[in-house]
Amino acid sequence: MSAATLGGTRRAGRMVYASAIALLCAWVLVPLYLLAVNTLSSPEAVQAFPKAFVPEFDLGSLRFFAGFDGMIAALGNSVLTAALTMVISIVIGTPAGYALSRFDFRGKEMFRLLVLLTRAFPLPLLALPLAVLFIRTGLDDTALGLALVHAMLAMPFAVLITFSLFSGIPVELEEAAWTLGCSRFGAFARVVLPLILPGIAASAIFAFVISWNEVFAAAVLTIENRTLTAFLLQNLDTSPLHLKFAGGFILVVPALVFIFAVRKYLFAMWGISSR
Amino acid sequence: MAEIRIEGVAKRFGAHQALQDIDLTVEDREFMVLLGASGCGKTTLLRIVAGLEAASAGAVRIGGRRVDHLPPRERGIAMVFQNYAVFPHLTVFENIAFGLRMKRLPDGEVRERVGRTAELMHIGQLTERYSGELSGGQRQRVAVARALAMEPEVILMDEPLSNLDALLRLEMRAELKGVLAESRTTAIYVTHDQVEAMSLADRISVMNRGRIVQSASPMEVYRNPADEFVAGFIGSPPMNFLPAEPAGEGKWRVAGRVFDGPAGADGPLRFAIRPEDVGLSDDGLRARVRVVEPLGAHLLATCDVDGTMFRAVLDSDAAVAPGGELALAPAAERIRWFDPETSCAVGGGGR
Repeated sequence: MSAATLGGTRRAGRMVYASAIALLCAWVLVPLYLLAVNTLSSPEAVQAFPKAFVPEFDLGSLRFFAGFDGMIAALGNSVLTAALTMVISIVIGTPAGYALSRFDFRGKEMFRLLVLLTRAFPLPLLALPLAVLFIRTGLDDTALGLALVHAMLAMPFAVLITFSLFSGIPVELEEAAWTLGCSRFGAFARVVLPLILPGIAASAIFAFVISWNEVFAAAVLTIENRTLTAFLLQNLDTSPLHLKFAGGFILVVPALVFIFAVRKYLFAMWGISSR
Repeated sequence: MAEIRIEGVAKRFGAHQALQDIDLTVEDREFMVLLGASGCGKTTLLRIVAGLEAASAGAVRIGGRRVDHLPPRERGIAMVFQNYAVFPHLTVFENIAFGLRMKRLPDGEVRERVGRTAELMHIGQLTERYSGELSGGQRQRVAVARALAMEPEVILMDEPLSNLDALLRLEMRAELKGVLAESRTTAIYVTHDQVEAMSLADRISVMNRGRIVQSASPMEVYRNPADEFVAGFIGSPPMNFLPAEPAGEGKWRVAGRVFDGPAGADGPLRFAIRPEDVGLSDDGLRARVRVVEPLGAHLLATCDVDGTMFRAVLDSDAAVAPGGELALAPAAERIRWFDPETSCAVGGGGR
């Protein structure tokens, strides 16, 4: 093969690579852009045709969204549920991650697998038994009950993220703290915790986002106290277009911002060295 | 007073017997070096004394107090780790102060002690830095300062110099020796580097396969190794060994020459001599020179004596060439004898 054709092949390869990336970016960014444009336009502009591709920066749609009956309460429920999910999955997931990284115990590998397998059960399969159980225990239609389900969804990530964080901290740091007068817990609190706090914050935020975005369990397990996702779903067929856009926007933005903020730690979880 | 008594300590990890029957007493203010190849159990023994590992059997006493059931913080020890274990989220000052704050010492005393030990370890100007801004040598100094600031009865060091480059290691070695002699603490120091052991120790305990083979002063270990392992491990280049056959009472035939040796032994023995304890003499062992390495101060000749490799450290201006013949005469008072079956030292010599 001559040098010219080799160069040509390489250039063609680069072209394919570049266009694949452009396509991927468009796939993610175009819907987000349209969402943003329509949210920041007046309700009339949203209904109108042809569509504008530049936002009017009119807060009419958002004002309508805020004024819609039950919307603010649903938003509040979403925040409450997500916050509870965050707390539960960190309080339970962090010790599990610590144990996985520091101790050798029988069935450790199995445990790691099982943690992931909790994600293998489709929620629709669990929804009915959970609903029955929740009604019996009085957890139905409460933020706590829903947060428990969401925490189960977020738990594998909390465990795996904290596991990789703890594994990145040399055990000698803890041992040094023990020889310098710390108890086991003292060494954890004074040495390990400050070092992994940013990572724990990241895994907390991730749990928040998982709960924030979850719609199925929310729709099945709540009736009066709907979260935002479930509330929007419930009113999907009756609500006007601009309400849907505003709702979608309000749902997407925090998730996007949070995930962007903690992306480094998500890479760490998948075992990709970041930076 | 803080002598360390280790009595009958054993440790097994599953099926692996890491330590067996360790009996060792480290005197108050003694600098004890545990020396051995990697995997010989020396670090495990140190960690048992520190309380970072639990012994499977036996007792550990520090200053007469039995400590093997106590957590590390109640043992009156301080430890320096191989990877330094300097806390990355704290400044050098807070690192050194860490143990003192745990003891709830008044702020003034913490400041005074941190300042003093930081000066002692020549890191006085670095106290506001973080570990990430320090070189390996400086981190090492912080780790030692942090241990010394505790003013412990016992200081334990696990290969503290092995991560430093050669020149820095030499410098820190001399400094450590001075600082520790001044601090008057009892010290146990783990290393695989025999030169480090020789230069630092009041007493060396050579370990092999989970046992202490010999525990004696550096010169005693060097001159009168208890067995062939110690003889081969200590000294560079290592001791030479040659087979010896009995040739009458107290006489042994080695490579065609007869030497005075231990009386009363009947089987064959092994003759041993350090490379630097041979001289050139016409009635010496016949040696064919294979490789000559001029080392500046000396000349290292690797030879073949009766089919066995034999090294000799000779004068740098000795007339030696590869392929040539030499007659190497061992210094009679430096010859040692080992039993090939047990590999233990046999009578005679300087003992």
